[in-house]
Amino acid sequence: MTKHTLSVLVENKPGVLARVAGLFSRRGFNIDSLAVGPTEHAEVSRMTIVVAVEELPLEQVTKQLNKLINVIKIVELEAPTAVQRELLLVKVRADATVRSQVLETVQLFRAKVVDVSPEALTVEATGTADKLDALLRMLEPYGIREMVQSGMVAIGRGPRSITAIRS
Amino acid sequence: MTTTPQRPVPVPAPPPGSPRPKPTPPAGAPVRVTGAQSLVRSLEAVGCEVVFGIPGGAILPAYDPLLDSDRLRHVLVRHEQGAGHAATGYAQATGRVGVCMATSGPGATNLVTPIADAYMDSVPIVAITGQVPSWSIGTDAFQEADISGITLPITKHNFLVTDPADIPRVIAEAFHLASTGRPGPVLVDLPKDVLQAQTTFGWPPELRLPGYRPTTRPHGKQIREAAKLIASASRPVLYVGGGVIRAGACPQLRELAELTGIPLVTTLMARGAFPDSHPSHFGMPGMHGTVAAVAAMQKSDLLIALGARFDDRVTGQLATFAPDAQVVHADIDPAEISKNRKADVPIVGDCKEVIVELLDAIRAEYASGHRASIDAWWTQLDQLRETFPLGYDWPSDGSLSPQYAIERIGALVGPDAIYTAGVGQHQMWAAQFVRYEHPGTWINSGGLGTMGFAVPAAMGAKYGHPDKQVWAIDGDGCFQMTNQELATCAIENIPIKVAVINNGNLGMVRQWQNLFYAERYSSTDLGTHKHRIPDFVLLAEALGCVGLRCEAREDVDRVIREAMEIDDRPVVIDFVVGKDAQVWPMVAAGTGNDHIMAARGIRPLFDEDEG
Repeated sequence: MTKHTLSVLVENKPGVLARVAGLFSRRGFNIDSLAVGPTEHAEVSRMTIVVAVEELPLEQVTKQLNKLINVIKIVELEAPTAVQRELLLVKVRADATVRSQVLETVQLFRAKVVDVSPEALTVEATGTADKLDALLRMLEPYGIREMVQSGMVAIGRGPRSITAIRS
Repeated sequence: MTTTPQRPVPVPAPPPGSPRPKPTPPAGAPVRVTGAQSLVRSLEAVGCEVVFGIPGGAILPAYDPLLDSDRLRHVLVRHEQGAGHAATGYAQATGRVGVCMATSGPGATNLVTPIADAYMDSVPIVAITGQVPSWSIGTDAFQEADISGITLPITKHNFLVTDPADIPRVIAEAFHLASTGRPGPVLVDLPKDVLQAQTTFGWPPELRLPGYRPTTRPHGKQIREAAKLIASASRPVLYVGGGVIRAGACPQLRELAELTGIPLVTTLMARGAFPDSHPSHFGMPGMHGTVAAVAAMQKSDLLIALGARFDDRVTGQLATFAPDAQVVHADIDPAEISKNRKADVPIVGDCKEVIVELLDAIRAEYASGHRASIDAWWTQLDQLRETFPLGYDWPSDGSLSPQYAIERIGALVGPDAIYTAGVGQHQMWAAQFVRYEHPGTWINSGGLGTMGFAVPAAMGAKYGHPDKQVWAIDGDGCFQMTNQELATCAIENIPIKVAVINNGNLGMVRQWQNLFYAERYSSTDLGTHKHRIPDFVLLAEALGCVGLRCEAREDVDRVIREAMEIDDRPVVIDFVVGKDAQVWPMVAAGTGNDHIMAARGIRPLFDEDEG
C-alpha cells in the first residue's frame, strides 16, 4: 500500500475533526497521521492527513470526505511537488561522557537542543519522516527516554495556493 | 379544551420531484422573538406544514409557540420512532421534506432508527431535537444524550445550535441540505436555553455552506461516451434505482426506454418509477428479483445504472456479477460511482438532467446511423420471462396463500393507491405481486431493512395524500413493533388500511432457517397463530380501528372491499396465512446471481443458451 498525503480545507467549526476522523474509521480506512491547524483565513482550518491505501480506495475516501458538508476542498499533495515536514521532540540520555557525541549528531541533522539537564538533552528536529527516522536511529544507542512527534504538514511547491477561496 | 379542533385537510401535495411553489417568506425587518418562536417561524417560512413528534422537557419551549401556529400542524405520535418513519413516509409520498421532533435523551435516541433508515434510502427529512441547556451539556445531565455525535454517521449533516440568532439560518440550511443533491436526513439539536433566549427573527437568512456544491449538470463528454455505448450495445439493460424517483425523472425515463427499446429493471427502491404494465419492464432484480431481471443483468453487455448503487442485494456476489457488462453509472453522489462496481463511463449529475441530455446524445447517435440491433436480446429475455414468470403455490395444508392476499389487494385497490411495507417476506411479496404504475406509490425500508416501518410510514403518507388510499402491507412481526401509531391515526383522523400478513412467525428468518439451518426453527414462532396473542382484531378495535379477519381464499376479496369502504377510521385486516410459504425466486446470500433459483430446486440453466 502506498502513502498518500491529503490536504483538506475544512470549515473552522466545532466537531469537524470528529466528523473527519469518524468517517475514516467507519469506512475502514486507517489514518497514518493527522495534523490540524489554522490557515490564513480565520474561518478555514487545514488538515493534513496521511493514509496508506491503494489508488481505488483513495478515490473512495476522497469522495466520502468531499460529502462532508464542512469539507471545502481536498488536494492530494505528492512528495515531489510538495514540501512535507514533521516535528520531533526527543529526550536523549546524555551525561557528560557522551554529550559531545550527541551534540555532534544533533548538528549533523541541523536539529537543535531546546532543553538541557545533567543527564539528558531534549532535541527538536523538523524534516521529512525519513530524516527524522534517521536521526532517531543515530540517537537510539544513547538511550531515548521520551519522544513525541507531530503529524505531517505539507504545502505545495510553487506560487499557487490551494486556499484561494472560490466565490 | 371545549372544542375538538378539526384536522385541516391539507392540500394534496404535488407528485414527488415536481417543483413546488416557493413558500412566501414573512416580510419585514427582524423582530424580537424567543428562540422557540424563531424555530416555529422558520419552519413556517420554509414551507413545512406538519411536524410529527412528542414533547418532553428539553423541547418544551418549542411546543408553546407551536400551539399558536395556524400554518404548522403537529401530529402527536405514540413513539418517536413513529414520528421519524411518518416523516419519511410523508416525504416519499409527497416529494417534500418530512419533519419530526423529539425531546433530548431518550426522545432523540428513539429517532436514531428512522434517521438511519432515511439515510440509507436517501429520504429528505429534518429531525428537530431538544437538548439539555448549554451549560449542562457534557455533565451527564438528566435526559442528556450527545445526539449530534450519535447521528454523525447516519445523517447527511447535523447541527448543534449554540446561538439563538442562528436558528433561521440553520433551519433553512437543514431543509436545503435534506432536499438537494442526494437527499437525506438532517438533524438540528437545540439546547433548551437557546429555545428560551430572546433573539431576533429575520427571513430569508443567508445560507453559509461553502463546502456544499452538489453537481447536477452532467459532463457533456461522459454523456456522449455513454450514448455511444448505448447505441452500440447488443445486450443493454437500464438498471433503474430509487434516485430516478428522487430526481422526479420518471417521465424522462419512460422517454428513454421508448426511444431506445432497451429492457429495463427497477430495484426495490425504484418500484413505481416505470409502469409494471410496460412491456420493456422485466421486473425487480436482486435476491428476490424475477429470473428475467436477474438474467438480464447477468447476461448484459451494458448496464446503464441510473440512480442505483449496486447494492449487495442486487449484485449478489460482486465478483461474478454481470461479468460481460460494461457499466455506465449515473448518480448525483460521486461516491456511489465505482464504489462497488467499477464504472466504464461515470456520470455525476441529477438523473433528470442526465436522462434529458442522454436522450439528445442518443438521438444524435441514431441519426448518424449507429444503432446495434437488440432483437436477439429481446427474444432471449422474453423467453426467460415466459418460462419463469413470478408465481406461487398454494399451501398444501389448505391455509390461505399470503401471496394471493397481497396480489388481490393490489388488484382491487389499484395503482393509484400508496402502498407501504415492513421488512421481510410480506415486503418482498408486496414488491413482487402488487403492480406499480406511478412513482411514490411504493414506500418501503430498502437499505436499512427496518421492521415496523409500514404503519408509521403509511400514517405519514396518508397525511401527505389524504385523498388517496394508503395501504400498509405488514407482517405480524413488524406490526407488533409499531402498531401503537394506529392510536395516533385513529385520533388524528388519518384513516390508513393495514393488511397484516399474519403467518404466526418471523417469516423471512424462518425461511432462512428452513433453507440454511436444517429446518431448526429457533425463536421464530411468534405464537400469533398458536395462541392468537395478540388477537389483531381485538387489538385493532382497542386502538380505535376497525378490525377484520380473513382466513379463507373465498373471503379475501370481500374483506378487502369492506376495508376499502371504511374511510372514517383506520382498518386492520388480519390475514391469517400459511407459515410455510416462501419468497421465490431467490439468490442465496453470498452466492452469485447465476445461482438464482426460480423456485425451490429449480435453477434456470443460464449457460445453455450461450451462443
